[in-house]
Amino acid sequence: MSAEDTHGSAEVAARVERRWATIAVIIIVGMALLAAFAGIHRATMPQPRVETTDPSRIHLSGEFVESNLGSVLEANGNVTVRAIGQQYSFTPACIVVPVDTPITLRATSADVVHGILVQGTNVNTMLVPGYISEQLMRFTRTGDYLMPCQEFCSFGHEGMWGKVQVIDKTDFANRAKGGGRLSCVGQ
Amino acid sequence: MLANRKLILAHFWFAFAVFGVALTLGAWQMFIRSPIGTWLSNPELYYRSLTAHGTVMGYVFPTLVAMGFGYAISESALEQRLVGVRWAWAGFWLIVAGSIMAVIPIALGRASVLYTFYPPLIGNVFYYLGVVLVVVGSWVWVALMAVNLRVWRKAHPGAPVPLAMFANVAGSYLWAWTAVGAALELLLQIIPVAAGLKATIDAGLARVFFSWTLHAIVYFWLMPTYIAYYAIVPRAIGGRVYSDTMARISFILFLVVAMPIGMHHTFADPQVGAGFKFIHSAFTALVALPTLLTVFTICASVEIAARLRGGRGLFGWIRALPWDNPMMLALAFSFVMLGFGGAGGLINMSYQLDASIHNTQWITGHFHLIFGGAIVIMYFAIAYDLWPHLTGRELTDLRLIRTQLWLWFVGMIVTTFPWHWVGILGMPRRMAYFDFGDPAIAPQALSVTFSAIGGFILLTSGIIFLVILARGMRAPQADAGPYRFALAVHQPATVPVALNTHALWVALMIALTITNYGYPILTLALTEGTSVPAVYVGAQ
Repeated sequence: MSAEDTHGSAEVAARVERRWATIAVIIIVGMALLAAFAGIHRATMPQPRVETTDPSRIHLSGEFVESNLGSVLEANGNVTVRAIGQQYSFTPACIVVPVDTPITLRATSADVVHGILVQGTNVNTMLVPGYISEQLMRFTRTGDYLMPCQEFCSFGHEGMWGKVQVIDKTDFANRAKGGGRLSCVGQ
Repeated sequence: MLANRKLILAHFWFAFAVFGVALTLGAWQMFIRSPIGTWLSNPELYYRSLTAHGTVMGYVFPTLVAMGFGYAISESALEQRLVGVRWAWAGFWLIVAGSIMAVIPIALGRASVLYTFYPPLIGNVFYYLGVVLVVVGSWVWVALMAVNLRVWRKAHPGAPVPLAMFANVAGSYLWAWTAVGAALELLLQIIPVAAGLKATIDAGLARVFFSWTLHAIVYFWLMPTYIAYYAIVPRAIGGRVYSDTMARISFILFLVVAMPIGMHHTFADPQVGAGFKFIHSAFTALVALPTLLTVFTICASVEIAARLRGGRGLFGWIRALPWDNPMMLALAFSFVMLGFGGAGGLINMSYQLDASIHNTQWITGHFHLIFGGAIVIMYFAIAYDLWPHLTGRELTDLRLIRTQLWLWFVGMIVTTFPWHWVGILGMPRRMAYFDFGDPAIAPQALSVTFSAIGGFILLTSGIIFLVILARGMRAPQADAGPYRFALAVHQPATVPVALNTHALWVALMIALTITNYGYPILTLALTEGTSVPAVYVGAQ
C-alpha cells in the first residue's frame, strides 16, 4: 500500500464515520425534541411541583389527617384522592374512584420511602416522607386494580398491597351525596 | 508475564470469589420468590440476601475488576514499572477490610437496607463505614492511575497516550467524581444518624445525592468492558481498531455526560421539580451517543478482521469471523445484550415512558441485562485474556470457555426477558414473595418461573467460570509473551492535546454536575422542615 492509498482510505474512513456520527446526533436530538413537545403540548410529564409536609405531624392537623383521607367529589365534578403510605399499608387500603373522571391523587408517607403503583395503568409515583406526591389519573374501565407499594420499605414490604376500585360515575355520585370522604375499605 | 501479577491476581480472585457468593444468593432469591420455591417463613432473610447481593455486585466486584485491569493496563500499555505498588496493596486491603466490615452487619440482619441505602431506613453504622472503606480503597487506585500516567508523560513529552491507558484514566476520574454523591449522602446524612448523633434525616435530599452516584456508577462498571471492546477484541481476533480518534472521543463523552444525568432515577419523586427532570432526561439521551459511536467503530473493526481473513460481500464477511475464539463470542453476546438493554434504557430515561415501568421488575430486568449481561460477560473475557499473562500458564480448554459464555448469554436472556415482561404487567420490585394464588397475579407465575430457571443457568455458568480460572492456575507452564493492546488502522503519530489529556474534560464534568445538581441540592438543603425521623432496622 502506498502512502497515497493510506491517505485516501483514511479519508474514506473519516467520511463514513462522520456520517454515522451525524445520524446518531440527529436520532438523539430528535428524541429530546419529541419529549419536550409531548411534555409541553400534551402536558405529559412527571410531577412538576415540590410541596413539603411534616410526617411527624400529618396525623394531627392539615391535609392528611385521618378524617380527610379518601376520595372526595369536588364542585367542578373532578375527584381528589388523599392517601398516605406507612409501614406496611396504605390508608385507605382500598381507594374508590369513578370511571372517566379526572382524578388528582395526593399522597405522602408517614415514615419511610414508599411508592404507589396501580397495575395496568401508568399511575406510578414515589412517596417520600416530608414531601407530597401529586399525580393526575383517569380510569377508562371499571373494575378492581391492584396497588402494590413499589419501593422497599423494610421487612414487611412484600405485604403492602392496596386496591383501587373504579366504579360507575352515577354510583360514585350517589355515594358522595352524603359528603365526607369515600373509600372501599371493608367492602 | 506481568510484573505485578500477584497484585492483579489478588484483585481478580477476590472480585470473582465475592461474585460467586453474590451470584449464589441471587439465584436463591430468584428461586425463593418464584412459584417453584416455597414461601419464606421469614421474609427478612430475603432482604438480607438482597442487600448482600447488591452491595457486592454494585460496589465490590466491578470496582476490583476495574482496579486489577487498570493496574494491568498501566503496566503493559505504558510499558513502565507500576509506581506505588505498596499503595496499591494498601488500597486492596482497605477494600477487603471494608467488604468484611459491611458484610457482618448484613449477615446479622442489622443492615437490611439494600445497597441503595433508602434513608430514613437506617442500618448498623458498620455497614456504611464498610462501604466507605471500599470507596476509599478504590480512590487510592484513582490516584495511582493519575500518578502513573504523569510519570509516563514526563518520560514521553507530547507522545500520544496509549488508548487503553487514556480510557482507563478517564474511567478512574469518572469513578472518583461519581462516588462523591453517595459519599456526601453517607458522611453528611446517614452515618451521623446511624452513629446516634442525629435522629432525623432529609430523605428527599438523600435520594438526590444518591442519584448523583447511581447512574454514573453504571458507566464506571462499563469502562473495563468498553476498554476491552476497543483495546483487546480487535487484537484478539486479528483486526485493527477502525479509528483511534473516535475511540478517544467516546471515552471523553462518557466522562463528561455520564455524570450530570442521574436525576432520571427521580422522575417519580416529589422532591425534584419538572425542569431539572427534563434537563436530566435530555442529558441522558446524550449519553447514548458514545455508545452509538462505539457500536459503529467496533463493528467496523470486527469487519476489518473478517476481511483480513478473506471475508467477502455486504454481510458475507460475518461468516469469516473467528467464531471459535472466545473473545469473538463474548463480544457478539455482549453487543446483543447491549442492544436490548440499551433500547430498554431509552424507555427508562424517557420523560414520559418511565412512569409505566418505574420501580417495576422491568428495571431489575434492565440493569441485569446491561450490567450482568453486556458488561460482566466482557469481564469474563478480560479474565480469560489476561489469565495466561498472570499465571504463566495457558488456558487450554477453549470448548469449556465457549460453553461458559453460551450459558451466561442464554441464562441472562432467559432470566431478563420474562423479567421485563412482568414489569410491564406492573409487578413491583424487591418483594420477598408474591401471592400467585391471587387471580390478578397468577398470570405472572409462568414468567417468574422462567426467570428463576434462568438464574440457575447463570449460576451454572458462574461456577464453570471459576473452575476454568482455578484450573488455569495449575495448567502446564507456557510463556504468553508481553501483554499487548490492539493497534488502530491508522496508528496516531500525534494526537491533539484535547484528546490526549483529561483536564479540560474533568473540568467540564465538574461544571456540568454543578449546573445540573447545584440548584436542586441547594434548595433541598435550605428547605426547612423536610428532615424526618430515622427508622432503625434490625434494632428491635
